[in-house]
Amino acid sequence: MDALQLLVSGLANGCIYGLIALGFVLIYKATEAVNFAQGDMMMLGAFLTLGLNNEAWMGLPFWVSVPVAIAGMAALGYLLDALLLRRMFGQSQIAVVILTIALGFILRFVAGVIWGHEPQSLESPIAGMDLRIGGIVLGLDEIAVIIVTLLLTGVLWLFFARTRLGLAMQATSQNQLAAYYMGIPVKRIHSLTWALAGAMAAIAGILFATKGAIDPNSGLLGIKAFAAAVIGGFGSLPGALLGGLIVGLVEPFAARYIAAGFSQIMPYLILLLILVFRPDGILAQVRQKKV
Amino acid sequence: MNASPLLEVRNLETYYGPIVALRGVSLAVRRGQIVVVLGANGAGKTTLMRTISGVLEPEKGRVLLEGADITAREPDEIVRRKVVHVPEGREIFPLMSVRENLLMGAFTRTDKAGIATDMEMVCGYFPALAERLDQEAGTLSGGQQQMLAIGRGLMARPRLMLLDEPSLGLSPILVKEIFAILRRLNNEQEVTMLIVEQNARTALATADYGYVLELGRIVMDGPAGRLAASKDIQEFYLGMKEESPRGRRRWKARKTWR
Ligand SMILES: Nc1ncnc2c1ncn2[C@@H]1O[C@H](COP(=O)(O)OP(=O)(O)O)[C@@H](O)[C@H]1O
Ligand SMILES: [Mg+2]
Repeated sequence: MDALQLLVSGLANGCIYGLIALGFVLIYKATEAVNFAQGDMMMLGAFLTLGLNNEAWMGLPFWVSVPVAIAGMAALGYLLDALLLRRMFGQSQIAVVILTIALGFILRFVAGVIWGHEPQSLESPIAGMDLRIGGIVLGLDEIAVIIVTLLLTGVLWLFFARTRLGLAMQATSQNQLAAYYMGIPVKRIHSLTWALAGAMAAIAGILFATKGAIDPNSGLLGIKAFAAAVIGGFGSLPGALLGGLIVGLVEPFAARYIAAGFSQIMPYLILLLILVFRPDGILAQVRQKKV
Repeated sequence: MNASPLLEVRNLETYYGPIVALRGVSLAVRRGQIVVVLGANGAGKTTLMRTISGVLEPEKGRVLLEGADITAREPDEIVRRKVVHVPEGREIFPLMSVRENLLMGAFTRTDKAGIATDMEMVCGYFPALAERLDQEAGTLSGGQQQMLAIGRGLMARPRLMLLDEPSLGLSPILVKEIFAILRRLNNEQEVTMLIVEQNARTALATADYGYVLELGRIVMDGPAGRLAASKDIQEFYLGMKEESPRGRRRWKARKTWR
């Protein structure tokens, strides 16, 4: 059952792409800026957890390291917006994009200085364990990635549909001026959205470092996640996850059934096709405004 | 304290970069009144509303709420002080349901019971919304969207409502209906209103007091009835033509207020 293993490992990778893509889309919807450091924030979240948890570093318990790292990345996201991006208000999109690209370089540098450039894995309680069903062997880490992503999707859905803050984030992304008129503190909402994206990046990073090794350049994976977000429909949260899953699934199957090199270019091939034939992505949200 | 009007605007000057939009506007709205500001396209009506609600900062002048200076405060503080802006062109949240839109109107409030009561109140005034609480707001008709914008504003339980061209793009029947509801809200819910309009006829029929705004200046004011009877208003805002003895339209060279 080779195909089932490919499916599970593809889904697990896809979940990670999807979670990073979700960070892109969250920030884009709220602030109309694209955070090209989203992948590097994923990397930093992974290193933060690993630095707190692994024996070679601080050796704190896993279940302490994880929430501390998530909270730390959320705080970083909040501060980045409140101290940097808020000051760029009114400047061109390109200026913001360049700022986030520069930010990515800085995060990679900082991670390299603190944790070195050797690939390292997170010593999670399930690392290296297998799940055997009949004759099939599945990595428990991969199953865990899929389950955590499913749970997280549910939590996010509840947050956006049911909570006052989640609704206010939706409202701000749909009509910023009207959000001001309703007395929603738009600037704080933007910072909180960055905090949420930071937390998502940390979770993606933790999952990534649980099932593989991470080094300061792992954040460049963010480019693939960006492609996934565009494929799914930049501006749609379910689209981001769907795009991530598509990219994640296509890679191993292309490598197995076409040729090894194809796993590298397939995501971008799909991106090209989508941009030509369905430029708003698969789950494009069509906004209509009546006069 | 009671002697001061609910809202007073003194000498407001607002710019968009180098472009001046308000050139020293002063007006007052007393508790319980409906006050209308008439003005053509580009007169500065929307700018006036945005400056009062804190979305724009004036270069000069003051906005006083019951005598307290609220000039250039953050918009959310102004809403917390129960002054709500119902914007031109509805500006609803298109992908959220009608119910969620209304809830966003109550964003600054935490009294759950009060919010539920006011949701009932809004549904009472706007049955069309009550029937569509779970519908996506972007799919409503123009008239329903205007009702939603007003209902959403009401959810903040405002003392003062700023309404920017509520008649824009609506059929005459709908305009009548909306203004009748505004009048009722003013009476029954004690919402004081400042309305800016191009539709002078309906607005003056509803309002207690009126101002005329031209190129960023107030050029005339008076009780609504007196404004409606004024020659200049009739000619330039109500489109009434006076026939000269030769049967040709008589144009005044200058409006009398200039
Ligand atoms: N965002 C803007 N930037 C520059 N000028 C503006 C802007 N908005 C409005 N104006 C100008 O300010 C003046 C008043 O506009 P506005 O307040 O929208 O008028 P009204 O609502 O009465 O139609 C107009 O001359 C308009 O061109
Ligand atoms: Mg206007």
